[in-house]
Amino acid sequence: MTQLVFFIAAIGAIAGAIGVIALRNPFYGVLSLVGHLLCLAALFLLLRAEFLAASQVIVYAGGVMVLYVFVVAYVGGTEESLGASRGWLRVLTPIFAGVLMIELVIASLGSGLKAITTKGADISPTFGSPAEIGQALLTRFLFPFEVASLLLLVAAVGAVGLARRRDGYTVGSIPLKAGAIPSVPPKGTGTMAEAAGDKPMTGLSGGDS
Amino acid sequence: MSIGWYLTVSAIIFAIGAAGVMTKRNALVILLCLELMLNAGNLALVAFSRMWGNIDGQIFAMVVLVVAACEVTVGLGLIVALHRRDLPVDADELSEMRG
Repeated sequence: MTQLVFFIAAIGAIAGAIGVIALRNPFYGVLSLVGHLLCLAALFLLLRAEFLAASQVIVYAGGVMVLYVFVVAYVGGTEESLGASRGWLRVLTPIFAGVLMIELVIASLGSGLKAITTKGADISPTFGSPAEIGQALLTRFLFPFEVASLLLLVAAVGAVGLARRRDGYTVGSIPLKAGAIPSVPPKGTGTMAEAAGDKPMTGLSGGDS
Repeated sequence: MSIGWYLTVSAIIFAIGAAGVMTKRNALVILLCLELMLNAGNLALVAFSRMWGNIDGQIFAMVVLVVAACEVTVGLGLIVALHRRDLPVDADELSEMRG
């Protein structure tokens, strides 16, 4: 039974990974990655990492992938076009990938670790449960845990700073299509400076102030 | 299943991700392939954690999860900023910083 689940999940994970690089439309690539992540979560379950499998599904397949889908929809899934000048790369890449895979397999399987051919050490029934993970995170790994929260804060602030509008949201900053009626943006929709009132919005009628 | 099988799957997924990072031109797809490589690393970490019967590897995998989420947020923010400026989201054409 374990072997059956392993092979189904492993084949699904590898097929999903191949789908990410083989499908030309980025949107389908994202969907393929979702399937890959779900199969990977099944592998985590087989390895007795229940909490990690659950957080993988929630954080990745639930959160990060939604972000990806939004950005693909916003940027517009441009079809991958392989230029003629990159023909040599298309030949070289499978060779490189194959060599890398063989090298990794040799490095891991040939490492001489005796336990590598076993099913793993004897573990307690609560191995990988949320209680055990939480205890480890809040005792021995308290510092990495706090650093991770700081990293998330930095990433959130950085993403807002990167993706905001640089030069304010003024009438005329976005070219209008022919026939469209120019409108004054509602208050509080531009940069933070505009929201704070430091920089008045330059609308047709000067805003509703 | 022995631990070696999991490590082999991890190696295959990592190689596929590396191949994608090298060949793809769309920055979005490059980010997706980076996710593949991080996930392969996660699988190996969890497999080793099971092999030693030690929870530390799973904690390490969780930290990788957090770092991957941060990387995606900043990367997608960059892509949105590029798109706002009408720049192509193409790794080959964005070569202004090349020395």
